[in-house]
Amino acid sequence: MPKIEIDGTIHEVEDGQNVLQACLSTGLDLPYFCWHPAMGSVGACRQCMVTQYSSPEDTKGRLVVGCMTPVSEGLRISLNDSEAVEFRADIIELLMTNHPHDCPVCEEGGQCHLQDMTVMSGHTSRKYRGKKRTHRNQYLGPFIGHEMNRCIACYRCVRYYQDYAGGQDLGVFGAHNHVYFGRSEDGVLENEFSGNLVEVCPTGVFTDKPNGKNYSRKWDLQTAPSICAHCSLGCNTTPGERYGELRSVVNRYHGEINRYFLCDRGRFGYGFVNAESRIKTASIDHQEVVGEGNAVEHFRGLVQIQETVIGIGSPRASVESNYALRELVGEDQFYSGWTEAENTLMETALRVVRETDAANPTLAEIERADAVLILGEDLTNTAPIMALAVRQAVRNASFDAAESVGIYQWQDAAVRELAQDLLSPLFIVSTGSTRLDDVATGVYRASPDEIARLGFAVAHRLDSSAPGVGDLAAAASDTVKEIAEALANAKRPLVISGTGCMTAAVLEAASNIARALASAGKALSVVVPDCNSMGLAMMGGHGLEDAKKVVEFGVANTVVVIENDLYRNAPRELVDDLLGKAKNVVVIDHSSHATTEKAGLVLPATSFAESEGTYINNEGRAQRFFSVMQPSEEMRNTWQWLADAGAGDWSGSDDIIASCGNGLLGFKGVEEAAPTAEFRISGMKVPRQSHRYSGRTAMRANLAVSEPQQPIDRDSPLSFSMEGAAREAPPSLMSTSWAPAWNSNHAIIKFQQEVGGSLQGGDPGKRLFQPSSEANWYDGIPASSEPVDRRWLVVPNHQIFGSEPLSCGSPAVAERIDAFSVTLNGDDLARLQIESGDMLELSIEGNTTIAEARQDDGVPSGIAAVGCGVPGSEGIAWLKQAEIRKRG
Amino acid sequence: MRDQDMRVDSQLSEAEIAEVLEEASHYPEKSGASIEGLKVVQKYRGWVSNESLKQVADLLDMSVEELDGVATFYNLIYRQPVGRKVILCCDSVSCWMLGSDNIKQKISDRLGIEYGGTTSDGEYTLLPIVCLGACDHAPVLMVGDELHHNVDEAQLDQILNTRAS
Amino acid sequence: MFGKFLKKSKNRNPDKPLTRNIVDGRAYATLSDYQSTGGYEGLRTAITTMDSLGVQQVVKDSELRGRGGAGFPTGLKWSFVPMGEKAPETKYFVVNADEMEPGTFKDRVLMEKDPHQLIEGMVIGSYAIRATAAYIFLRGEYHLSAERLSQAIAEAYQQGFLGKNILGSDFSLDLYLHSSAGRYICGEETALLNALEGKRAIPRAKPPFPQISGLWGKPTIVNNVETVCNLPHIFFYGVEWYAGLGRGKDQGTKLFGASGRVKNPNVWELPMGTPIREILEEHAGGMQDGYQLKGFLPGGASTDFMLPEHLDVLMDFDAIAEHGSRMGTGTMIILDDKTCPVKMVLNLEQFFSRESCGWCTPCRDGLPWVVTILEDLIAGKGQASDLELLEHQTKMMGPGNTFCALAPGAMEPLQSALKYFRGDFEKYLERPVVKEAE
Ligand SMILES: Cc1cc2nc3c(=O)[nH]c(=O)nc-3n(C[C@H](O)[C@H](O)[C@H](O)COP(=O)(O)O)c2cc1C
Ligand code: SF4
Ligand code: FES
Repeated sequence: MPKIEIDGTIHEVEDGQNVLQACLSTGLDLPYFCWHPAMGSVGACRQCMVTQYSSPEDTKGRLVVGCMTPVSEGLRISLNDSEAVEFRADIIELLMTNHPHDCPVCEEGGQCHLQDMTVMSGHTSRKYRGKKRTHRNQYLGPFIGHEMNRCIACYRCVRYYQDYAGGQDLGVFGAHNHVYFGRSEDGVLENEFSGNLVEVCPTGVFTDKPNGKNYSRKWDLQTAPSICAHCSLGCNTTPGERYGELRSVVNRYHGEINRYFLCDRGRFGYGFVNAESRIKTASIDHQEVVGEGNAVEHFRGLVQIQETVIGIGSPRASVESNYALRELVGEDQFYSGWTEAENTLMETALRVVRETDAANPTLAEIERADAVLILGEDLTNTAPIMALAVRQAVRNASFDAAESVGIYQWQDAAVRELAQDLLSPLFIVSTGSTRLDDVATGVYRASPDEIARLGFAVAHRLDSSAPGVGDLAAAASDTVKEIAEALANAKRPLVISGTGCMTAAVLEAASNIARALASAGKALSVVVPDCNSMGLAMMGGHGLEDAKKVVEFGVANTVVVIENDLYRNAPRELVDDLLGKAKNVVVIDHSSHATTEKAGLVLPATSFAESEGTYINNEGRAQRFFSVMQPSEEMRNTWQWLADAGAGDWSGSDDIIASCGNGLLGFKGVEEAAPTAEFRISGMKVPRQSHRYSGRTAMRANLAVSEPQQPIDRDSPLSFSMEGAAREAPPSLMSTSWAPAWNSNHAIIKFQQEVGGSLQGGDPGKRLFQPSSEANWYDGIPASSEPVDRRWLVVPNHQIFGSEPLSCGSPAVAERIDAFSVTLNGDDLARLQIESGDMLELSIEGNTTIAEARQDDGVPSGIAAVGCGVPGSEGIAWLKQAEIRKRG
Repeated sequence: MRDQDMRVDSQLSEAEIAEVLEEASHYPEKSGASIEGLKVVQKYRGWVSNESLKQVADLLDMSVEELDGVATFYNLIYRQPVGRKVILCCDSVSCWMLGSDNIKQKISDRLGIEYGGTTSDGEYTLLPIVCLGACDHAPVLMVGDELHHNVDEAQLDQILNTRAS
Repeated sequence: MFGKFLKKSKNRNPDKPLTRNIVDGRAYATLSDYQSTGGYEGLRTAITTMDSLGVQQVVKDSELRGRGGAGFPTGLKWSFVPMGEKAPETKYFVVNADEMEPGTFKDRVLMEKDPHQLIEGMVIGSYAIRATAAYIFLRGEYHLSAERLSQAIAEAYQQGFLGKNILGSDFSLDLYLHSSAGRYICGEETALLNALEGKRAIPRAKPPFPQISGLWGKPTIVNNVETVCNLPHIFFYGVEWYAGLGRGKDQGTKLFGASGRVKNPNVWELPMGTPIREILEEHAGGMQDGYQLKGFLPGGASTDFMLPEHLDVLMDFDAIAEHGSRMGTGTMIILDDKTCPVKMVLNLEQFFSRESCGWCTPCRDGLPWVVTILEDLIAGKGQASDLELLEHQTKMMGPGNTFCALAPGAMEPLQSALKYFRGDFEKYLERPVVKEAE
């Protein structure tokens, strides 16, 4: 830890940092633009200039670029030296020569890094008298608005989009002060992480388009810490509400999970909360019930005899709600909402993470892996932000190479230039092309069973005591050798697998590989489908086939379904039988769908935005989300409906989660995910509204002149108010970051232990899985399967926009959902005389579905990758042989 | 960024493709030939349309954005149609001192175009250019590939009279 | 082109090695012309009697300094390239032939008139660092140079001066001509590397220096055309002969030129350290009738003005630096008494502003502002504070403050004009509405 002198004070700083990082980590304010903690330095904007003195005697010093100057023992610098101060003000003044003065109508205003830096740099009066250059804006799709005139040419957007996120269709054009950032032609930005441009851009060039349609300032949004509900990784988010509507979701920094970024599904998927499809009132036999009491009364009547009621849970409902349902109906009557096959799959996933002798890595650790094998998962579409982490992990080889010639990791352009195509090994074994293929060392495509076989063979090659695969194809054995060697040579080898190809053997093979690895730094990460899939799997629950049986046999006559459209995944007949034969069907949900249509009693539930709850992510981390806004009077948290019907006598959120932690095996500690409702800072709650929240008294002025009392929140340590202790909030209660002089999200610097590191007070959440090494070798190696002539094996094709049900209810996301499609290899299409874009018929066991044909030569011959979860795909029977013909 | 390809044969010819690939063979990465590839297209077509740019990008394993970013960076890659001959009028210091403004004005008067303009018959486009490295013969013009030294009005007549009919 | 004095150099003339093959009445030196004066013999000496480090040592001993503008010692530059077994297998030698600095017209002559000289120099340079490939980065407008060089490259391959096992040695080299498409910044050596890789020609941060991580991340040397053209002669005639050429502190000869209102604008090969007066008065023939010398930029657009009082300074890197300017490219731009220095500076700044790559803030947004102020001033819309502002900007865009040397270069003529021709600036302020006095 070198000691450096900054304006006369000695600071101990992290070795290998640059001056800008060191100053920020020390708590000092030094303005910057082109630097970004996740993207390193390029030295373009020259905003972070400081004075460096060459010796103790040197009094004049010279200007150096902070972000490009490494710290070293004895370094002497000044931020306050007048020359440096003046230069930094000059830079702002220059940026302002072309920047429009449209802050009052700019969506960035109030959370603008440029505003912050301008104030920080002290540029106040304008000397420039010339004209400003102007640009034409582009249409960039449903997510991102474009206002090029505001550009200050920091180049962060292209660096983020191309270099960090691997996107191609955003670039920089032109030269001198005409540089233009956008697409070659108007069109939808293709990259799945495009939304981060909104936060990466230090001004208002790239804006959140859905939010812009009905805009509120950052300070006018009521916010609470939340957890993304759209995949299993549990990215931390900050949703913002105004006038009873959810207006935006932005990244909430978590040092071990998402850090600075979100995927577009997570950022723009919230629209279902505001949608027309929300269930607003209870209904009995499709007739609105007036008065909450009547609905509860009715519900209670239906569930009086526990043995006759079965409960069907949901991987998208909170731990609390699933737990309450399980309590209401009893363990034996609790069904997960998954089919048998899904249940087995999820049990395997859970067992594999819990019991494999390898670290269960955080996303931050995934980024540090130096060799990665992805077994059977299309991460970009099933666990998007993990794909972004893997994209960074492959750069580790380049950092090592750079270090060997004295280039620091943060010297972004230099590292990229030196390393060229040098990437750490990444192998992708999948059923079709993936968006990470461009950075992969090797890709291997096969059917799910073959993927598992390959995995088992890799494990065997690494450790001969692992069961071997006798009849592996010759081509595959070269791949096996290559993968095994790359993993064996790595210090931090990582295996990523998941439920993506719906095959338990794939997960077991991944477990064997992880176990077979010798390196101490080895890790295994398992991806599951939904935000609380892990939590649900931990609770057990039978399969839907059994549910159907107990109803058919008349053992049960009442079915309570929570937050789950059973038609989406399970075969239609199965669900028809189950719901059709039950005497009473109760559905508690926030949005209507095919299953609510079948319900006699529908109860309106709160969504994540109006409720407290806990999700357990893929790494087994329990994380709490808090209500951002008050639900309408009719809506209740799912668990509260269940409690009122007799599930339990919990006094509030804390009570039910504690009871779950104490009562259910494996959930111990779940209540520690966040402080309890009693938590206070100097006697105060943490406010959901900023100190600058405006118009509270005027908001309802059209209805009444007096301001109603703010709602009281008994369930959390947060208040629906501006008053309270925001600054001192622990990370799990901190929804937005503000700090003196820092109004943009870069204020987070003030809350990190060091720039880009963990949050002060520890990153939120409670990891429930303890490492263990119980697993024995799995040996359920699938048999080699011969392709069947004129038949195609139906495998799921996951789509970031479309496969996850909640986000499909968001209008912006809906615009990006591709048609329901069947993707085949080009040769197979040719053989069928079908062209990409044609309509085709897919027949599985006599059921025929119509879909659009797509071509992907990465899909092996004999496999049909079928849009999974996408509207139109309901009830597809997976992993079956199908017939395909052109639609006549 | 514009789409005004007036040509019907928007596909690159075999000759163009061969030349682009020949250039690409000079570099460890094909993208090294981005400028030369665009210049091949320009040699045959006068300018680089979106359609041509896409095809060159494909040939060189580049994204459209990447190649367009390069194309628009340079002075001599034309992303809009230009006349059959481009007149580059040096406006840098030595030529300026020796009357390049005057020469430019004469050309503008005669052809009825300003910098950036193309004559209505599609023969000439007039563009400014930085120092052409012939300051000892200022003022200079480059018309097509040909450099004209010590340009005066008489010479200008001659140069512009070679206009094809 | 080379006037009378070249007529004398029909025969081999070691006093003017770089231009000895440039003969009146001959379009250019063919391969046999070139070989008739000892062409490719320097290479033979280097490659058959020395190892790479030996070649580097000779160049160090010659004290050759780069002719691209900065005058960096060439041998020293080469010595940073990793050599030996552990060095990367691939290395590059690149010649900077992007000559676009206004007022500069020297490299073109060397390429058009004697292309083999450059190629021979490149093979020597490449051998010295064990480069595996060499590129000539040529500005796009130099069509004739391109033609002559292409032909010469083909001939050199045929004769075994390029390609596999050059002159029977274990050294092989491929050499390619890269023709650019016009951007001054491409001449900046790191921007040139990006340009050569087919990227936007944005400069790169140093460190790492190109010698460590250059073209495609491999060790790379970038040298100016003229620098490289010196190499064959250093090896053919030897270091001592070379040292004897200079008249001042620096070694060898240099192409000097003059443009503007002199009688005989041209370029001449003269000893390093030739007094400016001699160049202007003897070679350029003095000012045109009716014009007086008001000042001059000694080495291209990005050097500080000098005044008539500096005429006796020697054209030597250090001597010029002592008088507040830079030798730059050694091609002088002459300001006469009938040309307004403010307008001349405006012309220069317009050039720099247009040619800024757009990467760093001070240059991208600062130069257009400078242009705006100068335009306002000339249009009679200036304000008293403008000159101060301009002065401030010259400091703000000074060396080290911008990402590369383009903007600091742009500031040199401005800052010196503000110093030497302040009255001309102030005149515009005195008369609020100035009539265009062309
Ligand atoms: C904006 C800018 C433009 C330049 N243009 C040229 C050029 O056209 N030709 C050249 O040889 N050097 C040019 N240079 C200098 C090069 O960066 C580099 O110093 C030179 O090529 C090194 O060669 P040398 O060591 O042989 O002098 C330029 C520098 C800058 C900052
Ligand atoms: S000084 Fe900056 S903007 Fe100007 S050319 Fe250099 S890097 Fe580009
Ligand atoms: S942040 Fe350091 S130069 Fe831009």
